[in-house]
Amino acid sequence: MPAGLTILAAGPGSTVQDAGRVGYLRYGVTGAGPMDPFAHALANRAVGNPAEAAAIEISLGGIELTVDGGAATVALAGGSFAVSLDGQVLPSAVVAELQPGARLKVRPGAAGAWCYLAVAGGIALPPVLGSVSTHIRTGMGGLGGRALQAGDRLPISSALPAFHEAGAIVTPMLDRPPDRIRVIPGPQDDHFAPDQMEAFLAGPWTVSPRSDRMAYFLGGPTLKHRRGHDITSDGIAMGAIQVPGSGEPIVLMADRQSTGGYPKIATIIGADLGRFAQARPGTSLSFEAVTHADAVAARAQEQAFLGGCIPVEPLVRTHFPPEFLLGLNLVDGVVDARS
Amino acid sequence: MSGTEDNTPDDTVPRFLDAGEAALVVEFGSDVDPGISARVLALDAALSDRAPDGIRELVPTYRSLMIHYDPLRLSRDALAGQVMECLAAPAAKAASPAHWTVPCCYDPPCGEDAKEIASLLGIAADSLVERHAAATYRAYMYGFAPGYTYLGGLPPEIAVPRRPSPRGSHAPGAVLIGGGLCSISTFAMPTGWYVIGRTPERLYAPEREKPFLLEPGDTITFEPVDAAAFEALSRRAASGEVVARGPARCRPA
Repeated sequence: MPAGLTILAAGPGSTVQDAGRVGYLRYGVTGAGPMDPFAHALANRAVGNPAEAAAIEISLGGIELTVDGGAATVALAGGSFAVSLDGQVLPSAVVAELQPGARLKVRPGAAGAWCYLAVAGGIALPPVLGSVSTHIRTGMGGLGGRALQAGDRLPISSALPAFHEAGAIVTPMLDRPPDRIRVIPGPQDDHFAPDQMEAFLAGPWTVSPRSDRMAYFLGGPTLKHRRGHDITSDGIAMGAIQVPGSGEPIVLMADRQSTGGYPKIATIIGADLGRFAQARPGTSLSFEAVTHADAVAARAQEQAFLGGCIPVEPLVRTHFPPEFLLGLNLVDGVVDARS
Repeated sequence: MSGTEDNTPDDTVPRFLDAGEAALVVEFGSDVDPGISARVLALDAALSDRAPDGIRELVPTYRSLMIHYDPLRLSRDALAGQVMECLAAPAAKAASPAHWTVPCCYDPPCGEDAKEIASLLGIAADSLVERHAAATYRAYMYGFAPGYTYLGGLPPEIAVPRRPSPRGSHAPGAVLIGGGLCSISTFAMPTGWYVIGRTPERLYAPEREKPFLLEPGDTITFEPVDAAAFEALSRRAASGEVVARGPARCRPA
């Protein structure tokens, strides 16, 4: 049997995601894919996978898993989650070798709402419409179209050799406080008067606990439409910010429907989708309008980083359990004055 | 919000709207209208044909085409240029819509809201079914769920608004009317529309080589079948067979 990851415990909402289902939006099929596309790609690249490979998207519910049938190299990247391997604390962005039977625990930490676990070689599941991304509402992709649960086993594809240095992934690119999110106005910004656009940008907005993979609801000022909130349905991009009749914006995320009928005041730029997705319920944020050229430049910077060598530094021990300290010969070199 | 009667769709230049840096909306109008839809689908076909490097996918809707693209491989200006060339060129390879005859059972329990619709309209249930089955519908777009199809062409005399609040879950294959339109649903789910009938055909059948039966722009008529025929056709559809009658090239081998 090829090596596999076995889920020992999982909170609600952790799923298998590749880069998403492409080409079927025109048939009403949700793209799914990662909420934080940058962190998903980074975790994959850190173990030598293509950026689009299938990985585990870990929710605030956390996960605990082990490997059997051989060792596996994994990488974690995303929010600042609390990670431990057989009780040893690891950085939240890390490349680690899992020996058979080792227990890896990932729980919500200081910040962030999603964390990605990529395994060298990738997760081998049968694609549905060209993708293994899980879409729970239609039961499509992943493992039985559902969230991961204790007892699930994900076979590891052995297509790629696992050769990687273990260590911390160290990059300022993961330092992404979600307080200020860049947007491009539109496609229906003309449905809002200039003072409403100003109010939208300034906020401040609070992420609602209702938020999930489909949409993040924002609380704050009530926005007014120029001429009603009903438009003839059109396409919806990830990060589109629609304003329904209530005047409270809804940001449409990875599991959004392909089309919809509320005016969309602005769209989050690609390079800030992950930054925004990592905002937990209760986070306060505002928006900043940028140009199309700014957004393309930010996207190019991300792609250049992901296309290069991912910086991994050897682990520096930050946690010293008693057994570890007792094992060290701390008294070596001390001279007995009586002798 | 100009209508189309005083504004010939073919003469209007579409609007280019950014939906972020990786999606461009080419908008031909603001209404549900066969002329606008035809222009959307002509551009969809022309761009699919050219397939410029950097386009990820095309999403036709009632009144616009959303182009998802990679701006690092295809600049916005280059994409807009491609669109303008497609619009200027006569539709060389315009989509050739297919016509489908889709079986539909209107009898209860399939047409579970038919009586309610008839009483809303103040007509007899038989008359409702007759009018619904006599019309030719056009598939405008998919949305909402995989294979969920929005159809234009509902006769105005049987057009009903959406329900004030959604009803409980309907069966897969439900044929719905509401908001002046008709639709065919693929998954069991609650709806704000009315269930007029149910088709044994599966508009989304993942095991088929072509998982989605209809292309936007295709035309459809509904053929009434009774409950016994519905059951028999459902069994055949469940085994993967296409039970709607369509163009010869799309018939199963």
